[in-house]
Amino acid sequence: MTYKVIGKRVKRVEDPRLLTGGALFVGDVNLPNMLHAAFFRSDYAHAKIKSIDTSLAKEIPGVVGVYTAEDMGEAWEPGPPLVSPPPTLEGVVFNSRRQVPLVKDKVKHAGEIIAVVVAESRYIAEDAVEEIYVDYEPLPAVTNLEKCLEPGHPLVHDDLDSNLAAYLVQNKGDYEAAKKEADLVLKRKFKLDRGAAVAMENRGIVVDWDQKNQHLMIWDTTQSPIPIRNGMAARLGLRTHQVRVVAPFVGGGFGPKIMMFYAEEMVLPWLTMKLNRPVKWIEDRKENFYATTQEREQVQEVEMALSKEGRILGIKQKIIHDTGAFDPYGLTTPLNTQSHSMGGYDVQNYNSELFVVFTNKIIVTPVRGAGRPQGIYVVERMLDIASKELKLDPRDVRRLNFIPKDAFPYNHEIIDQAFVELVLDSGNYLPAYEKALEKIEYDKFVQEEQPRLRAEGKYVGIGVVPFIETTGVGPYEGARVAVEPSGKISAATGVGTQGQSHMTSFAQIIAEELGVEVEDVSLVSGDTAEIHWGTGTFASRGAVVAGNAVLAAASDVRKKVLKLASKILETPEDELELEGGLVRVADIPEKSISLGELAVLANPFRGAVEPGTEPGLESTKYFGPAYGATAFGVHGMILEVDPETMMIKIHKYIAVEDCGTMLNPLVVEGQIHGGVSMGIGNAYYEKLHYDENAQLLNASLADYLIPTSAEMPHIEVYHENTPAPNNKLGTKGVGEAGAIPVPAAFAQALENALPDFNLEITETPLSPNRLYELLYKSEE
Amino acid sequence: MENTFELSVTVNGTSYQKVIDPRTLLSDFLRNDLELTGTHVGCEHGVCGACTIILNGDPVRSCLLFAPQVHGQEIITVEGLGTVDDMHPLQDAFREAHALQCGFCTPGFLTTLVPWLEENPNPTEEEIREAVSGNLCRCTGYQHIIDAVKLAAEKMN
Repeated sequence: MTYKVIGKRVKRVEDPRLLTGGALFVGDVNLPNMLHAAFFRSDYAHAKIKSIDTSLAKEIPGVVGVYTAEDMGEAWEPGPPLVSPPPTLEGVVFNSRRQVPLVKDKVKHAGEIIAVVVAESRYIAEDAVEEIYVDYEPLPAVTNLEKCLEPGHPLVHDDLDSNLAAYLVQNKGDYEAAKKEADLVLKRKFKLDRGAAVAMENRGIVVDWDQKNQHLMIWDTTQSPIPIRNGMAARLGLRTHQVRVVAPFVGGGFGPKIMMFYAEEMVLPWLTMKLNRPVKWIEDRKENFYATTQEREQVQEVEMALSKEGRILGIKQKIIHDTGAFDPYGLTTPLNTQSHSMGGYDVQNYNSELFVVFTNKIIVTPVRGAGRPQGIYVVERMLDIASKELKLDPRDVRRLNFIPKDAFPYNHEIIDQAFVELVLDSGNYLPAYEKALEKIEYDKFVQEEQPRLRAEGKYVGIGVVPFIETTGVGPYEGARVAVEPSGKISAATGVGTQGQSHMTSFAQIIAEELGVEVEDVSLVSGDTAEIHWGTGTFASRGAVVAGNAVLAAASDVRKKVLKLASKILETPEDELELEGGLVRVADIPEKSISLGELAVLANPFRGAVEPGTEPGLESTKYFGPAYGATAFGVHGMILEVDPETMMIKIHKYIAVEDCGTMLNPLVVEGQIHGGVSMGIGNAYYEKLHYDENAQLLNASLADYLIPTSAEMPHIEVYHENTPAPNNKLGTKGVGEAGAIPVPAAFAQALENALPDFNLEITETPLSPNRLYELLYKSEE
Repeated sequence: MENTFELSVTVNGTSYQKVIDPRTLLSDFLRNDLELTGTHVGCEHGVCGACTIILNGDPVRSCLLFAPQVHGQEIITVEGLGTVDDMHPLQDAFREAHALQCGFCTPGFLTTLVPWLEENPNPTEEEIREAVSGNLCRCTGYQHIIDAVKLAAEKMN
């Protein structure tokens, strides 16, 4: 398809306001008569609460109230389960335990809220928090994934008989039979850890109950305004039209902002309805480390059966996944891990046993990549290790195992995060892989540069890792498009924006269909008053699901425009064209009518309309895919390690990406760059250090290190295009791609850089300290 | 309020006199008392740089200053660099190079770079990377920001 606007590097319409300090973020909301909340959070990760003394806090001038779980009475209720376990899988054990607004009896993770102070200013509220005294009975903390299921181990949830949150087995084919045919059976244990999202904007919520209008206004840094609206209305006994949720500009999401019914989201609406005044809470950075969800540990035992040519005959896997103190988000993250543990390879036999465990750490919900990096990590590491053992070129091993391009759609038969069978819709992996090898100049590096640099005493290595990314999952999204009397277009969709450029890329789709300028399209996302149905921005699905809904709505408006214009201009529809905000007759350009004039005609103020007419030039459409679209890519890097300081320098970084049709290449590249920076952080700089008391030791940006411009390499991005067959745009998601292969690429490159050390990396993240331990303390 | 301070400060060319709680952080004063919400707060411990403003010509972290410390001084915030209809060449360059995604860290980059570009009108990529290494961004991976600065330097000379 040749497009005029879609696929172009269009400058963003949202930028001028963002650049000049005029864009509204939740923290900027300032209402008359507004109060401020601050929270007393537990220092202990696991402790019984014996007593809470808020008397001194209440006496501080400017404090309006101090509340605990007891004060909430019947309004106290845990959050709803957000994502249940897949109904499509048999034999699933799932113990649902959800987070609470204010702790009642026992604290289950450090940072859980015990009391809330409401005051005239945040400063006074924090003063009051310092005057709250809680008497705890500390309990031993559950932190070790491998030990926490042993009988007699301390329990996070006393009403369960173990720390098991979930158990399931996924199976494809017959691994045990395949193993019998193998020339090599490899077994390895992997320790994986992710990290925090660290969006630059912390979370926040402002609530305003209007008693006279019986209406609740909520500003929330959420990726999911419509479900928040629905859930809030249900919790508070209100109708949905009594609640409006707005996620204005949101300063980065990356996953945790889609976790819904955070404790603060449950407490603040209760407060505003009780006090009849607006209440504001903005998370500070320290709270963000304790109160905002993270992704964390997995321990995996992986077994791979191969032929001597390097063909994968089967994979067997046991995963222990940490869900933290609660499991509101179900099994999304580990299901993604399972969905990516076969990579883009033709694996006929797969058996994966999943244990999800509770620990006394902060709740785990998806962070960019959402379990996919862990799957790609283990399969790529196993192939690297197998290549060494079989004495094969690791590139040939990949080539041999890729799903061939005519084998799509390829059904992996296991259940993915969307509860449907994991079907890879399309793909063409070999050309992308060869392109990556060519662009990183693999042969030249390995044959010429590396030996030369080694002779100079430099430790330089190369890593090239292919990967897939499931994107564009359902259930559905919607979009409304309307022509206004001014001739400008207004549109709305339920996928909020945290920087993904929706206001521009979706405007490009509309501009393409209706022949208008991108700047003349005003798209609102994240306002429940503008569109009633939708789920939210997550899992790299905005472009696919909302984008196709936008296309459907815009196409429908185009049909209405043509039908009406045909009548007015007395010309058949197929002789009309839409350009420059006008509808004109193809060979008689003077014979035209503007979209604005048509919009007025379509909405008569008086008179009668034909039966069955819908007023205006407006349409609302929904798009729900049967299964997702599988994007893929290959990353390559050349890095150098200083053997004394263990610091690294990335000399070259290339990313070949295939997300089908690109809506806006500038945006795609930006997403890749950002994803890679998160991947590099996850690979070598970021780690959440919890001690044996489940205390987070590095809860600040000074100690939890995210890459700066100095750590980031220049990234060359190359595009391939294997259009998605199941949506009209042919597009796939790309939001998480950058983060997925990086830890595996690091491991490969580091091993390649340090051949004298016989290094076999089976863990992530690494760090200068950890690499030193692996190299020099070889009694591991 | 028991303890108060009468603050006089010029922000973006306008003089303000306000009675404030003396422990008010400069970042909170700008955002709440003056309603200049373009300056963002990312960490309140001086690491992320989102709160950067220009104090007497130099970029500083407003989260690490108490408002009384700027008494009688001159501040420029992101709102003083340009308007929607008349953006600073650096703001234009940011837009052209797609140097912002969520936009939350952006004001801090702009206020850091505007004074820096005045002293370094012809920077190399490495110099730019170092100049902004005190500003954290989680969305862009910094690459388009570097491109924007190069573009702005060209435009401005």
